[in-house]
Amino acid sequence: MAKKLISVKVNGRTHEEAVEPRTLLVHFLREKLSLTGAHIGCETSHCGACTVDIDGRSVKGCTHLAVQCDGSEVLTVEGLAQGSVLHAVQEGFYKEHGLQCGFCTPGMLVRAYRFLLDTPNPTEEEIRAGLSGNLCRCTGYQNIVKAVQYAAAKLQQTAKEAA
Amino acid sequence: MNAPDRLAALQGMGDSRLRKEDARFIQGKGNYVDDIKMPGMLHMDIVRSPYAHARIKGIDKSEALKVPGVIAVLTADDLKPFKLHWMPTLAGDVAAVLADEKVHFQMQEVAVVIAEDRYAAADGVEAVQVEYEELPVVIDPYAALAPDAPVLREDLAGKTSGAHGPREHHNHIFTWDAGDSAAADTAFEQAEVTVAEHIFYPRVHPCPLETCGCVASFDPVRGELTTYITSQAPHVVRTVVSLLSGIPESKVRIVSPDIGGGFGNKVGIYPGYVCAIAASIVLGKPVKWIEDRIENISSTAFARDYHMDGELAATKDGKITGLRVNVVADHGAFDACADPTKFPAGLFHICSGSYDIPAAYARVKGVYTNKAPGGVAYRCSFRVTEAVYLIERMVDVLAQKLGMDKAEIREKNFVRKEQFPYHSAFGFEYDSGDYHTALKKVLDAVDYPALRAEQAAKRADPDCPTLMGIGLVTFTEVVGAGPSKMCDILGVGMFDSCEIRVHPTGSAIARMGTITQGQGHQTTYAQIIATELGIPSEVIQVEEGDTSTAPYGLGTYGSRSTPVAGAAIALASRKIHAKARKIAAHLLEVGENDLDWEIDRFQVKGEPARHKTMKDISWAAYNNVPAGLEPGLEAVHYYDPPNFTFPFGIYLCVVDIDRATGETKVRRFYALDDCGTRINPMIIEGQIHGGLTEGFAVAMGQQMPFDAQGNLLGNTLMDYYLPTAVETPKWETDFTVTPSPHHPIGAKGVAESPHVGSIPTFTSAVVDAFAHLGVTEMTMPHTSWRVWQQLKRSGVAL
Amino acid sequence: MIPPAFDYHAPRTVGEAVALLGSLGSDAKLLAGGHSLLPMMKLRFAQPAHLIDLNRIDSLRGIREDGATIRIGAMTVENDLITSPVLQARVPLLPEAAALIADPQVRNRGTIGGDIAHGDPANDHPALSLALDASFVIAGPTGERTVKADDFFLGLYTTALAEDEILVEIRVPAFAPKTGWGYEKLKRKTGDWATAGAAVVLRLDGGTVSYARIGLTNVGPTALRAAAAEAALVGRPLDDASIDAAAAAAMAICDPAEDLRGDREYKTAMAGQMVRRAIRAAAARAQ
Repeated sequence: MAKKLISVKVNGRTHEEAVEPRTLLVHFLREKLSLTGAHIGCETSHCGACTVDIDGRSVKGCTHLAVQCDGSEVLTVEGLAQGSVLHAVQEGFYKEHGLQCGFCTPGMLVRAYRFLLDTPNPTEEEIRAGLSGNLCRCTGYQNIVKAVQYAAAKLQQTAKEAA
Repeated sequence: MNAPDRLAALQGMGDSRLRKEDARFIQGKGNYVDDIKMPGMLHMDIVRSPYAHARIKGIDKSEALKVPGVIAVLTADDLKPFKLHWMPTLAGDVAAVLADEKVHFQMQEVAVVIAEDRYAAADGVEAVQVEYEELPVVIDPYAALAPDAPVLREDLAGKTSGAHGPREHHNHIFTWDAGDSAAADTAFEQAEVTVAEHIFYPRVHPCPLETCGCVASFDPVRGELTTYITSQAPHVVRTVVSLLSGIPESKVRIVSPDIGGGFGNKVGIYPGYVCAIAASIVLGKPVKWIEDRIENISSTAFARDYHMDGELAATKDGKITGLRVNVVADHGAFDACADPTKFPAGLFHICSGSYDIPAAYARVKGVYTNKAPGGVAYRCSFRVTEAVYLIERMVDVLAQKLGMDKAEIREKNFVRKEQFPYHSAFGFEYDSGDYHTALKKVLDAVDYPALRAEQAAKRADPDCPTLMGIGLVTFTEVVGAGPSKMCDILGVGMFDSCEIRVHPTGSAIARMGTITQGQGHQTTYAQIIATELGIPSEVIQVEEGDTSTAPYGLGTYGSRSTPVAGAAIALASRKIHAKARKIAAHLLEVGENDLDWEIDRFQVKGEPARHKTMKDISWAAYNNVPAGLEPGLEAVHYYDPPNFTFPFGIYLCVVDIDRATGETKVRRFYALDDCGTRINPMIIEGQIHGGLTEGFAVAMGQQMPFDAQGNLLGNTLMDYYLPTAVETPKWETDFTVTPSPHHPIGAKGVAESPHVGSIPTFTSAVVDAFAHLGVTEMTMPHTSWRVWQQLKRSGVAL
Repeated sequence: MIPPAFDYHAPRTVGEAVALLGSLGSDAKLLAGGHSLLPMMKLRFAQPAHLIDLNRIDSLRGIREDGATIRIGAMTVENDLITSPVLQARVPLLPEAAALIADPQVRNRGTIGGDIAHGDPANDHPALSLALDASFVIAGPTGERTVKADDFFLGLYTTALAEDEILVEIRVPAFAPKTGWGYEKLKRKTGDWATAGAAVVLRLDGGTVSYARIGLTNVGPTALRAAAAEAALVGRPLDDASIDAAAAAAMAICDPAEDLRGDREYKTAMAGQMVRRAIRAAAARAQ
């Protein structure tokens, strides 16, 4: 029950906090750091609305303890844009109507971000499998697939131009 | 700019413009109820009954009160002095806020714990000790009506009538009917052919991704109550909260902020809200309550649970002459069904569907059981899901009996275009429709004859490893509740409203009595105004959900926003437009009739170079109005619709069933929708995708099974079927446009249609796969297990 | 939604972890991927006073070739099994099967060791381990010992692992040339546990089966080694008749729990169907 001191980098900024061991990462982010982008949609680790990026991997923040993040780097949806420049996945969701109520969207975006880093040129089937840890009730996924395809194309284009 | 460019710049009606609300959501800056933090805020969690039916022998708070951080534990006894331990429901019944001496369904609220943070509140809940004495459980509504069935509602003892008429049994709620029983009986007596089928529409749950919750904040200094709440009807909540609490409505502010999906789950007033508000009033601090997923599925408004006996009378050529329906409706332990007051079975009497049926009768009997309350939810348009399911299944059954093609029989019985406005045997006046054109469009698009030929070939091949099914549904639904002489919620007529204010520099703000939960109102409503007023939608700010600023409305559910609020928006806009014309005439020194309106300006007839744009007029409205006119440029309109609207659709689905496992693959789903005038095709398509996906989930996997003790099995997302992107089929969408003649912009509403129409389409397809083996009905969900059982029964399992 | 309070320990070595387990006893639970344990704690079905987090022990991760044996650290996560070039080349059944477990996020945390040590018949790695003839290296207070997968799964949530021991490594024989493999998992949706699953590893000599191992997922209180099904194949030509015989023999040992995925009849029949499919997939690859 003793609190633990953790040092965790979130969206590039280091935070040092004392946390109860049982504090879930998603509660730490939402309540301690006021980063309310990650959402909670279930308590059985199915819905993925809490998805964040920890040390280069997509992780459900509801099934991860804040104490486990000591020394880690965490990226949330609030860290995707560079200043006022949206990330390609954010632009894709906007352009392709990949969101309606917006509740699943942060989890989808953070997952899509990592998915495209791992699989830059995905097929539709790979996109659907890649996002199978994120549930949506509003869109039926069809436009989310288009959003990810948009982002993939844009990222590839940007990479070409940089090369 | 030339005219086409000016029109494009408006991004008004018909434009698939991108959404204005997206910016905050894609940056994680949405404002959902659980995002809200207030100074000194406390957290509330709920102690719930593990039993479906039991007496409460005692509640011991002492251990809970010792848990660090716990401040208070409240039970029914604590609410009694405020008369808040029971509350009125939307259906004219009463429901327990906290269980009063007995519990009526598993997971019913028994006590609440208020603590300094949500972790302490959870610990407190574990520490409350409740002693129960179990009572016999009633799960089956038919068993509930047996003479010796256990008494569920002891609080209604001796009450031989309820809100909807006489009660014939201690577990009976109401009997409601519509149509002409004698005419229907005659049709059946004289029929050449009759068919009958028992069709059960199982209980399911809307399960929006965001669960229900609120932050209630009573300010003891000001005597004002503010509550942020996941509500699809904030003004109704304000009125009810004022009545229950005694606080004047003018000192109650209800705010529905961003809502993570509603689907009818967020219409009712739940005990959690009432307890949080009561706790805040008593403690003088903000109290947050957010339920978890198991609580959401187990205790909030379920949908369906209709046991329907359908009958059709027809000629031997397949012309339907009569319809009879008898329904036993399982309402759970309290009648909290969110229907307009006069309609305890909602708009179920749309069940004559798209067909010209001369004689029809429907009767619905509502029953209490030991299950959570609810009934109307999940994109159902007030029981229209049940009605459409019934008639579409019955038409298939009739087709199969007569050996007729399922498209041919529908075409034969359709209401014809010339018959609109059409008066159904149940008294609806359908506004407009052209079913024949829509059907032909779909059948041509999918090459229907080729599909039937393929099916025939596969049926002729005993080694074919799959059964192929083709499902067809041609639905008409009824939305846009509704004319206030017929439709009210707790006595408040179901009008809706819009106020618009145009600023001096030409942009505008508009507020409505509805509340979006993802449907895109901030975009589509702005588009209506943009076209009406010639102001770009990009600079029209749309706000909903704050009862202190928005005009009174009945909220968003039953696809009523576009038909009712959309009309109010158009008519408010036209009031402004009329004033703008006067100002333009004044500025141009001509008569009002000397002006033409074109896109974004009034121009002098014959001299287009002499014109005033809306921007010019907006400035002038505050600085240079003609004598006798007030300054300013705003209007409000409360719209009481003259009628419902009747969107329709033609859905066709092809499935292939694996004979070895029962797995059903949706090969193709073609959805044609007619919602009248289309405001934003991109948003409409998104709504269709979402509704079809929910329909797929309902038909193919969702269930809420209860065991004999009333335990709800499968109340987590492990079992409650929410398909991922992998399972979800790809949808093909199409449309026709048959405007509503009574609606100011001809729009009908669309978002519930794909849910209403797709569910029977999936059943139609699965049953069609077995039709050649004599199968006429299969109850949902069509899981691989259930379909496999049918394969075994039919002798075709591999 | 909220777990009960506990004390948290994050040892850096296996020795430390074993010592902690010894001193804390049954009040402690090991935290591996956490995607079985944490949900149970959030629902308060499990309420350990202590959690011993294994995630900081680097020696428990990694996949190494040791001659003809592949050694997999118990804390290797599922996604690393999928992307491992060593496994793709030497034990391709594992990457393919791991992709059928849970979802992408869960696979970044869920470990092969956790999947095995839990003793949950619904997990996939037990049946895969039986089909692979895997062995498990276990560390305890008196040192290390090795137990064959065949001898590890004893009953529902019961394995050969003692309360004071930790599974540290999974050893799998690399496939001999021309080994075929398949894992067929019938599930209600992506991320669900198996309604029934079958893992098959086999070799053909001409058209005759020379070697076969078959493991079944979630159709009994433990993963099941379908030895009679194997015997129905080995030494016989692989054809419809022998495949049907193997399926029937597999079905005969099924003892599934009834739940919302199916009753005994359905799950047993599906075990048979998955066996058929897995044998066919394996045979196609054994060429």
